[in-house]
Amino acid sequence: MKQIYVGLTGNEAVATAFKQARPHVAPAFPITPQTEMMHKFADFVADGVVDTEMILVESEHSAMSAAIGAAATGARTFTATSSAGFALMWEVVYIAASLRLPICMPVVNRALSGNINIHNDHSDAMGGRDAGWIQLWCENTQEAYDHALMCWRIAEHKDVRLPVMINYDGFIISHTSESLHILPDEDAWKFVGPKDLKTGYSLLDVDHPITVGPLDLTDYYFEHKLSQIEALKRAPKYIAEVYKEFGELTGRHYSFYEEYRTDDADMIIVALGSTAGTAKDVIDAQREKGVKVGLLKIHMFRPFPAAELAKALSKAKVVGVMDKSASFGGWGGPLFNEIRSALYDLPARPKIHNWIYGLGGRDTDTKQIVSLIEQLQAIAKGREAETVNLLGVRL
Amino acid sequence: MAVVNLQTLSKNEDLLTGGHRACAGCTGSNILRQIMLTAGQDTVVGGATGCMEVVTTIFPYTAWKTPFIHSAFENCAATISGAETAFRALKKRGELPVPREKINFIAFGGDGGTYDIGLQSLSGAMERGHNMLYVCYDNEAYMNTGIQRSGATPFGAHTSTAPAGKVKQGKDRHRKDLTKIMVAHNIPYVAQTTPFHWKDLQMKVRKALDVDGPAFLNILMPCTVGWGFDPALGIELSKMATECNFWPLFEVENGEYKLTYKPKADRTPIEEWLKQQVRFKHLFKPGNEHLIVEIQRWVDDEQRKLLKLCGEA
Repeated sequence: MKQIYVGLTGNEAVATAFKQARPHVAPAFPITPQTEMMHKFADFVADGVVDTEMILVESEHSAMSAAIGAAATGARTFTATSSAGFALMWEVVYIAASLRLPICMPVVNRALSGNINIHNDHSDAMGGRDAGWIQLWCENTQEAYDHALMCWRIAEHKDVRLPVMINYDGFIISHTSESLHILPDEDAWKFVGPKDLKTGYSLLDVDHPITVGPLDLTDYYFEHKLSQIEALKRAPKYIAEVYKEFGELTGRHYSFYEEYRTDDADMIIVALGSTAGTAKDVIDAQREKGVKVGLLKIHMFRPFPAAELAKALSKAKVVGVMDKSASFGGWGGPLFNEIRSALYDLPARPKIHNWIYGLGGRDTDTKQIVSLIEQLQAIAKGREAETVNLLGVRL
Repeated sequence: MAVVNLQTLSKNEDLLTGGHRACAGCTGSNILRQIMLTAGQDTVVGGATGCMEVVTTIFPYTAWKTPFIHSAFENCAATISGAETAFRALKKRGELPVPREKINFIAFGGDGGTYDIGLQSLSGAMERGHNMLYVCYDNEAYMNTGIQRSGATPFGAHTSTAPAGKVKQGKDRHRKDLTKIMVAHNIPYVAQTTPFHWKDLQMKVRKALDVDGPAFLNILMPCTVGWGFDPALGIELSKMATECNFWPLFEVENGEYKLTYKPKADRTPIEEWLKQQVRFKHLFKPGNEHLIVEIQRWVDDEQRKLLKLCGEA
């Protein structure tokens, strides 16, 4: 298929993909660095390129609440947020998943207050990792665009029906122009397809009224949570199908995680988001020096592909997990804890250490990753080291 | 506008079934039934967390014979604004699940969910001009969680968070005037009513649903548990609240105030209403006379201001 080669920021690319998906409703509230995505989308609406009804709400809490009301009618619905905005809508983020509403939402990752900071880390999305949403993570503008098309197919699949959060790093991806391939509008629409409004329930079906979001106590609540647990268990199968179909269409093949030069690697770095790009460059340079290091970049953090990751990491001697968010008072970051737990049942476990890095947008340069690899090498040789470490902070 | 009479109303289907779990003597379910008799089947209802949501929707049962959605406490207006927008978006593309030219969108919340925690969401939805009606059933405290003080609680009332004790005498401030706050949104229709004045209530619901744009109704809801009165007297207390000018009936159409019930020249003294309710019992202790005087002063002041706005002064 012929694709179009363009230069766009991450925000522009995601707005383009969403325009191509022709959503019915988009509640929006400004927060940096997400805002420009909605600016771009509003331009499309103002120019009549897409006929989405935007709801310019007075807070992120109302953005997600309005998204819930809209999605409960069957309307294809998205909103977007970052940081404190995500934290403000947290209550209703859970409700969207509990009501099994296929809302799509970019979380343009930014540090949480305080102190107030507009730059990138992953503490916003990590705060919502147990909310019942599918969480997909992107390394660059191309991946953000691709996921912003694929998310609809995943969220709206009749055996999934879950909201999807697309994570991409604030400024590093959202505001950086990169070249990427996009689909022509017609081909994108052919891939995404119209929302299936025939199956399922609609709040607007006044001839067949339903009650949404009732009081749910000790006798049924747990079974409803079970249905969410089961839906997230089913989701990987369909995510894999969508990835496969998209790969065949575009030549860009995704999986739950990407393995970069891990085949013979003694040391594997695990990371989310744009840091993976920097790590790949460092790994290439280290490989030239004969250092056997690779990278495992996770796309699908929720549901967490524990068994597959354990297998992929089992061949390494040392695993270094990079967390761009702190778990205050916890033992290591959220990604580290998941990975470490996934490795527990392996007959022979690699050593696993954690580096908390990049908080509040602290630049993560190649030198920091070189230093991380040097520490991994020392650990591989048997040197004692802290389990949880910090990277790039003045101690 | 169709004439509202008991004969036509009695033929309309009851869209809130019996068997829900409201307290004996609850005037809230009465208010909802009255609203739904006028609104009819083509209505999507949203409820804020609160008494009326909890008692009508305990899973796997529902008392609602129309579509109903609840998501949280403070966001009912935003939630319904999303559904109303989706209606327009789907209609535009010819994709409604059942074809309808118009569907009523009604959000309701108690005074806690409206005067307090839901005020921002309500204000936003009204300002955005959604074609929806927001109904506050105002029972003057957080009754669902155990009778805590709200922004609607009247001066002197005993609540569980501002109780009458040895040194304090209940709430030390008058309630905020939410109805006027809604008028200040310059929406096409705002009104106050009570369940006793059923004809007034039906007329206001009809007008509110017929306007193009947002509408707001504030409906006094005597609460047998929170106010402390004989469950048989709820409707009587809503009548008395109007007779003593505590809860005047009026409407504001496109900014124009109009009294819809003219109280008698010799209005009922506020004591008559207060003494029916346990929450005001302490006001009748020796030494607290000045508190009743203060409530009467406030009621008279508010009434004077209202009459002026209505051109009745």
